[in-house]
Amino acid sequence: MAKRDRMSGNEAVAYAIRQINPDVMPAFPITPSTEIPQMVSTYIANGEVDTEFIPVESEHSAMSAAIGAEAAGARTLTATSSAGLALMWEELLLAASNRMPLALALVNRTLSGPININCDHTDGMGARDTGWIQIYSENNQEAYDNFVQAYPIAENKNVHLPIMICQDGFITSHAVENIELLEDAAVKAFVGEYEPEEFLLNPGKPIAVGPYSVSNYAMEARKNQELALENAKEVILQVAAEYEKISGRKYGLFEAYKTEDADYIMLIMGSAAGTAKQAVDDLRAQGKKVGVLKLRVFRPFPAKEIAEALKNCKAVAIMDRCESYNGNGAALGSEVSAALFRNKVMISAVNYIYGLAGRDFTVTDVYRIFDELEQAELNGTEVEQYQYVGLRK
Amino acid sequence: MSNYNLKEMMNKPERLAPGHRMCAGCGATIGVRAVLRALHEGDYAVIGNATGCLEVSSFMYPYTAWEDSYIHNAFENAGATLSGVETAYRALKKRGKLPEDVTYKFITFGGDGGTYDIGFQSLSGAMERGHDMVYVCYDNGAYMNTGIQRSSATPMYADTTTTPVGSKSNGKMQNRKDLASIIADHDVPYVAQTTFTSDFKDLHRKAEKAIYTEGACFLNIMTPCPRGWRYETSDIMKICKLAVDTCYWPMFEVDHGKWTLTYEPKKKLPIEDFLREQGRFKHLFKKGNEDLLEQFQKEVDRRWEDLQFKCSRA
Repeated sequence: MAKRDRMSGNEAVAYAIRQINPDVMPAFPITPSTEIPQMVSTYIANGEVDTEFIPVESEHSAMSAAIGAEAAGARTLTATSSAGLALMWEELLLAASNRMPLALALVNRTLSGPININCDHTDGMGARDTGWIQIYSENNQEAYDNFVQAYPIAENKNVHLPIMICQDGFITSHAVENIELLEDAAVKAFVGEYEPEEFLLNPGKPIAVGPYSVSNYAMEARKNQELALENAKEVILQVAAEYEKISGRKYGLFEAYKTEDADYIMLIMGSAAGTAKQAVDDLRAQGKKVGVLKLRVFRPFPAKEIAEALKNCKAVAIMDRCESYNGNGAALGSEVSAALFRNKVMISAVNYIYGLAGRDFTVTDVYRIFDELEQAELNGTEVEQYQYVGLRK
Repeated sequence: MSNYNLKEMMNKPERLAPGHRMCAGCGATIGVRAVLRALHEGDYAVIGNATGCLEVSSFMYPYTAWEDSYIHNAFENAGATLSGVETAYRALKKRGKLPEDVTYKFITFGGDGGTYDIGFQSLSGAMERGHDMVYVCYDNGAYMNTGIQRSSATPMYADTTTTPVGSKSNGKMQNRKDLASIIADHDVPYVAQTTFTSDFKDLHRKAEKAIYTEGACFLNIMTPCPRGWRYETSDIMKICKLAVDTCYWPMFEVDHGKWTLTYEPKKKLPIEDFLREQGRFKHLFKKGNEDLLEQFQKEVDRRWEDLQFKCSRA
């Protein structure tokens, strides 16, 4: 029997961690993810879980210890945000290349400078080439559901890669909303026991982890890792199908919201998708054919599927909650454009940068963007192809 | 420690197999093998390793020289990485996922670059948290793997590639960091400093104590590097003997806060005897540089006196 409750995104993730009861959690506090290790520590203090918590002295050490624990054969996780993820960067690469299926609860926050504690996706996007699976959540329910699905995806033998479950800092992590939680036993059965094939603490069967590799081998190792990430796409869908059976909630690579007959689609990730959906409902009531494509799985990047979902619309607004400093747009702007081009879907694609460092993003912004796309199509108005939303003049 | 007999010790199965790619006359592998000999037969181990000569030469895909489970992660995080492994051991033991009668020991090796410098925070964290592990620094006094750059373990006036001797430079300007003391100040159960002696007994005894003392323990082993120090490979034992007899490298231990000298030279030799053997100090013996030798001697004396004072406390 599912249980109804009210909690924040951080509480929801900590609740999932309690239900999973992983073996080891090294973590270092950083706003706005700090509550997660705090709550897990409280669960441990009260005997509700027997996870071993390592109060490391930095995020670099958090990921280093996580790799050690996972390599040793323990189911491991950590949580972080912003500069914490940036400090882990070297180790994120090692977690993926050593094929460690550990989980990370990322509470998205911007990076310095100027120093700011609020939400954008600069941290997660900065780790986009590290080889991790990245799944983004719109709200606390999704943060919970995605976290419960994390280990079955990561530990799948065809995948064996680390996974990042992302939610928006403060907007999701600290806002309290209604949520439907699974029974502890249902979660435990769904996640199962971790049974690694090869691990350090296997008496009589020693292994060596982290070799030096000459050029003759290193390239093949990279390709194998890339193939594992490609495999993850299918596994994510299989796990989602299994999860639907126990939760009744459906997940895919993305959520297509009223896109079927839409002329104009907004592609967006994270909590702002909720705002976009509200605006779409408002505009639909006025007879506008608009929709939202909410990206859930950013890594592996579902290029073909996105192109397929967008091929019948006239224009797409690609929404980035980060800046890439390449002078040509941001992460999703570049990747979605490439996906459209390679799949020969030649529609208008405007890249909007919004919500940096916690800047509000409202339904009015969404109305304006859809209006801009429509005016360009109907009247041939020039549209700046890469622009900021709500920038102070 | 049971009765120590070098010959018997050397007949124990090697846990670092031959065939690795370390240089002839390198101190690091001698140190590693000596530490691993202190593991009791039947006990399993997980060996950690910071990036450095030892790692890139002993575990080159698809070959490994390590008979035990081994993990290399990166340069600066050997302490944190092994703390994760050790925690996993406790977690899995607690949950009955490992056989009851199986014992694992956790030993990590790092050079002075990975230990004194870039890995210092990670080491300090692991020591302070008290993981049941041994961190072994094989201290050859410079970043040898990248080509002999100075570290904070490099002695004053050493000629390195980032402190080259020139018309306006006498080599490294600073004294070396006293890492064993710093780790002892972490209030860990056991810290020791040692190097190679003719019977390897001092190293063996300290390694065994470090491995079998519960909690975070630290060993600092001077392991000369023929490339960086510029000595004849066959002279390594002589160099080590001079290092301890000049009191450049005192051998001591700090056992639950109690400082003890484990070797006192009958006659303390002048520092020149140690320095003269090494190309990296050649410039100190040029005419006009007598004051540099005097400075070096003064620092050795100061540290020796300080150590004697610490060891004299009840």
